[in-house]
Amino acid sequence: MTVSNKRSKTRTIKVEALARVEGEGAMYIKLKGDKVSDVKLKIYEPPRFFEAFLQGRAYTEPPDITARICGICPVAYQMSSCHAIEDAFGVRVEGPLRELRRLLYCAEWIESHALHIYLLHAPDFLGYESAIHMAADYPEIVQRGLELKKTGNELMTLLGGREIHPINVRVGGFYRVPRVSEFKDIREKLKQAREAALATVKWVSGFNFADFEQDYEFVALAHPEEYPLNEGRLVSNKGLDIAVREYEEHFSEEHEPHSTALHSRLAARGPYFVGPLARYSLNFDRLSPLAQEAAREAGLAKVCRNPFKSIIVRSVETLYACDEALRIIADYEMPEKPFVELKPRAATGYGCTEAPRGILYHRYSFDETGTILSAKIVPPTSQNQKVIEQDLYGFVAQSLKLSDQDLQWQCEQAIRNYDPCISCATHFLKLHVERD
Amino acid sequence: MTRARKPKLAVWKFASCDGCQLSLLDCEDELLAIAGEVEIANFLEASRAVVKGPYDLSLVEGSITTPHDAKRIQQVRRASKTLVTIGACATAGGIQALRNFKDVQEFVSVVYAQPKYIDSLAKSTPIADHVFVDFELRGCPISKQQLLEVLSAFLYGRKPNTPASSVCLECKRRGTTCVMVAQGTACLGPVTQAGCGALCPAYNRGCYGCFGPMETPNTVSLAAWWQTELDASDLDLLRALRTFNAYAGPFRKESEAHDRKQ
Repeated sequence: MTVSNKRSKTRTIKVEALARVEGEGAMYIKLKGDKVSDVKLKIYEPPRFFEAFLQGRAYTEPPDITARICGICPVAYQMSSCHAIEDAFGVRVEGPLRELRRLLYCAEWIESHALHIYLLHAPDFLGYESAIHMAADYPEIVQRGLELKKTGNELMTLLGGREIHPINVRVGGFYRVPRVSEFKDIREKLKQAREAALATVKWVSGFNFADFEQDYEFVALAHPEEYPLNEGRLVSNKGLDIAVREYEEHFSEEHEPHSTALHSRLAARGPYFVGPLARYSLNFDRLSPLAQEAAREAGLAKVCRNPFKSIIVRSVETLYACDEALRIIADYEMPEKPFVELKPRAATGYGCTEAPRGILYHRYSFDETGTILSAKIVPPTSQNQKVIEQDLYGFVAQSLKLSDQDLQWQCEQAIRNYDPCISCATHFLKLHVERD
Repeated sequence: MTRARKPKLAVWKFASCDGCQLSLLDCEDELLAIAGEVEIANFLEASRAVVKGPYDLSLVEGSITTPHDAKRIQQVRRASKTLVTIGACATAGGIQALRNFKDVQEFVSVVYAQPKYIDSLAKSTPIADHVFVDFELRGCPISKQQLLEVLSAFLYGRKPNTPASSVCLECKRRGTTCVMVAQGTACLGPVTQAGCGALCPAYNRGCYGCFGPMETPNTVSLAAWWQTELDASDLDLLRALRTFNAYAGPFRKESEAHDRKQ
């Protein structure tokens, strides 16, 4: 909705609902002449108090309970919680069980990224209200996206029992591990998915991108041998290099009046960027050769600072996840036991893994029986809130010539660049632009 | 079947994880066919295009936890001919209903540094506590097949076929050996409603109650069995019954009995 007041030279643009994001929030932008004077990403998602009701629960429960924070990335919550609990009790999960966890995470990346690329983000670039509208003109492309997403979900179902809130993950490993023969069908489907992902990279690289780059501080996990999923050190392009357990010494959370999601910042330097762009820019050399080559052909450098191009990076990561899943399946040998035994002790453990939207930090303290004394969870979207606001400042300032309608749509797109999951941090994003 | 116009579908979110409405987008093989049969008139997760109500069918995800949402659900009801709740949050208050057993202000101050900014009701309550609900679909998350069954039942004006029997029956149909009898694994299957396809026992674990209490469950008998045969403590039972459907009548009452004994 656009309201113009000629007498006072103000223009107000209101979007009652910003769509194609996961959760409920609002956007407020105030313009005074040619200057942006205020930007707020408001989050209204009702608080659900997970950290409070985890107190007093058993160490075996966080994988199932914290999965319920987010229906889109439950595996991320299961993985970060398992790693933190195992860290507290001094256990490492290695070998085929570690590989199966990586495989489950690949499945979530494929599903979540395909959802965002095809159903939530691509319609912006091609000017459609939704992927369903887009399907009228591009039926084969939307079908390809749905197939890709389906393969991610099928792999998730095979390993996890179901696609949302998988039931097969437990602290120390799994309840049941698959036999080698169970991968036969999915292997063929993953090969097709890899082709579809390759075609996706080519397709999205042909979109038009706003000319917009920022000097971000990217933060992601980095691992000496792998593209990061479950493990690594926390690093940045501006000198951060710490172990996961040092997270709270370097990052702080603030509670602002306009949001039910806590805002994170780096104590030393302020806002920072997590998610596909950060992971890619800090870990390009550890992508598979196929993914590297596809990125180059798509015109991406080793570092990408244009958030609108996150759709290309997400496609490259989808390709990588298919490739990596196929590698894991080819090397897979069924472990003798589906899980490693744990003995609880009074201790604190730390875990951080790469959710599709970026780093997800968990910390738990236990008493000697394994009962939780305290818990802390920092999801990726609350870490990106500040940087999303900064992007809007910068983007609106350079886009004042756009009509209200175009500016509004492109601001929505700038938010969707981050694939914000407001359920992790809400669905009702209001965009409010005031011009003086 | 020809229609004068396509029925209008709306999807609404309250306090929840988004997983149940994602189930609709997870119907990869059926999504475009659904979009051919109904007009997706208000589904923010999928589309910017919002068509005004009234809506023929509203799917409601999430529980009521704020004064604002308690008002909003009344508006949703007024705008909807048929209202179906999807998932454990909307039908039982969800995992966030664990606050109902505690002092919510204590919870606020554990999570938020500035509790004064948080506007929250003392209890997380199901949609049916606030407005008339035409049909409740269970599950944390719901089953895709059951969601498709509800949508087609609605389209053809019949009652959805979603059994209220226990998970045990699904185990028998699937041919899964009883994990409780054969392995001594604690299982909520005998008192939990079917719908998931008895997943957990097939993966070698006990049912943990995602679909909430079945019709007339004998929770007293199951709890006694857990305690005498499996050495479960009152705390074990309390924890098992207090998850995603903690505030559903039979689970709530049984858990309160063990809370008192602790």
